[in-house]
Amino acid sequence: MSDSKELKIREKQALAAPAEQTKPGPVFAPSVDIFETEKAITLLVDMPGVKVDDLDVDLRDDTLTLTGDVHREMATPGEKVYVEYETGRYYRQFSLSEVVAQEKIDAKFGDGVLRLTLPKVEKATPRRIAVQAG
Amino acid sequence: MIYRTLYGAPSQRFGSHFSDLEGMRRQMEHLFESFGDRPLGRIGAGVFPAVNITEDADAYYVSAELPGVKSADLDLNVTANQLTVAGERTISEEAADARYHRREREAGRFSRAVALPGDIDPEQVKARLVDGVLSVTIAKAEKAKPRQITIQ
Repeated sequence: MSDSKELKIREKQALAAPAEQTKPGPVFAPSVDIFETEKAITLLVDMPGVKVDDLDVDLRDDTLTLTGDVHREMATPGEKVYVEYETGRYYRQFSLSEVVAQEKIDAKFGDGVLRLTLPKVEKATPRRIAVQAG
Repeated sequence: MIYRTLYGAPSQRFGSHFSDLEGMRRQMEHLFESFGDRPLGRIGAGVFPAVNITEDADAYYVSAELPGVKSADLDLNVTANQLTVAGERTISEEAADARYHRREREAGRFSRAVALPGDIDPEQVKARLVDGVLSVTIAKAEKAKPRQITIQ
């Protein structure tokens, strides 16, 4: 434990609303990790306070949209005494450069972290073409 | 509205040092009122994790966003007026051939002491960690609870 670094506080990235909102309130860009392997692209997205049902993953025309609303249950009762962070909607959009096998997309959500695996479409196995001398 | 703001010094007890600042605080409050409940300026204490505190007549409620932290990796302690949240956030190792495009999520240790505005009952503290949000309910000490006074 001693060799791991100290976590720094980071201000949530407030976004200018992508479109006019029907619900008032701030919109934040969640922190993401994106990595790619031979077979898939994986996204890990921090969305604390969102319930699975309020999470929306949408892939359309190579545009991946992630939306999540912080659940009402997360609000603590009583009057505010001290405020360091705000809650609101999470919103982030990515355009994908790879072709993704849509039917194999896998999304898991736990502990406020979304793990989205987007498998790449398998490329046609290269075929060797014999050229005959004519 | 009771809205105490610590201006980045949550380790300081509210109390005698604060009372002479009371007037100034009220003026500041008035100034900041137009901002509603937004956090003021930079994040309070500058220590991870950011916390929000609310209170009602019986208890203080402390919440913090800790996505990806398991309850086993979290260590909570209370004393008469202070809550300490310590732990470690780990990010699992991915496949060796993984090439990162973005890496915004961070792993590491954290430890934060939060001074509560009044005395508490250390025996009555409840904590839960749901969907990456820690919520701690801390009962106020009997003597710190507001009491209705009947006028005779």
